[in-house]
Amino acid sequence: MSSIIAILVLSGVFFSIIAAIGVVRLPDMYSRLHAASISSTLGVSSVLLGVFLYFWYFNNNFEMTLLLAIVLIFVIAPTGAHMLARSAFHSDVEPYKLTILNELRRDEIGHEELREEDKQRAEERKKEKELEE
Amino acid sequence: MNLFLNIVFIIAIVGMAIAMGIASYRIIRGPTLHDKIVALDAFGVMLMATIGIFSVLLDTSYLIVVIMLIGMLGAVGTIAMAKFLEKGWVIDIDRDSDE
Repeated sequence: MSSIIAILVLSGVFFSIIAAIGVVRLPDMYSRLHAASISSTLGVSSVLLGVFLYFWYFNNNFEMTLLLAIVLIFVIAPTGAHMLARSAFHSDVEPYKLTILNELRRDEIGHEELREEDKQRAEERKKEKELEE
Repeated sequence: MNLFLNIVFIIAIVGMAIAMGIASYRIIRGPTLHDKIVALDAFGVMLMATIGIFSVLLDTSYLIVVIMLIGMLGAVGTIAMAKFLEKGWVIDIDRDSDE
């Protein structure tokens, strides 16, 4: 039993460290959000499952609150991530400059306008490259 | 608690401290405010795991309520900040408006 608890807790800590590195290293806000919400949810819920098994097996008390906390994380973390992404899109947080297709913006302003915007952005990038050279 | 689990939980709490320290870099200097809120959300979720490990190390079950409390407060804070940055207010007074 203690080996199961050790595997759960250590894998959860591993996923949390991966999430933290992703939050620091990824280039723009949307990819940081993806790193933070996915792996921190998995990591923290497996750590809490390990703690729950520990209290059940060694101290012999069945902590219902921990199971409730795991369910709470699974329900609320995707909701918060979704609201943060929508809020960032509507308050004009720039995506990374190498982003190819922005589907939500395409649906809002239409195909042709987005194509013109892409052309303008490509020209600007060419000018920047020429300036750098 | 046997010695093996004691060592495992001490390693785990050191690892969680490292993860929270790395994430706090993005809290202090994110380029936009949304980056800071993303990192703060991840920090709060990691704090829940840290308190769980800490309650095992102290061998008490009183701290487990704190995990629930931090989870609920962190989620409500994240959603409130997201809505405030999007619209400028948190609670909709006129629910029929398009803004």
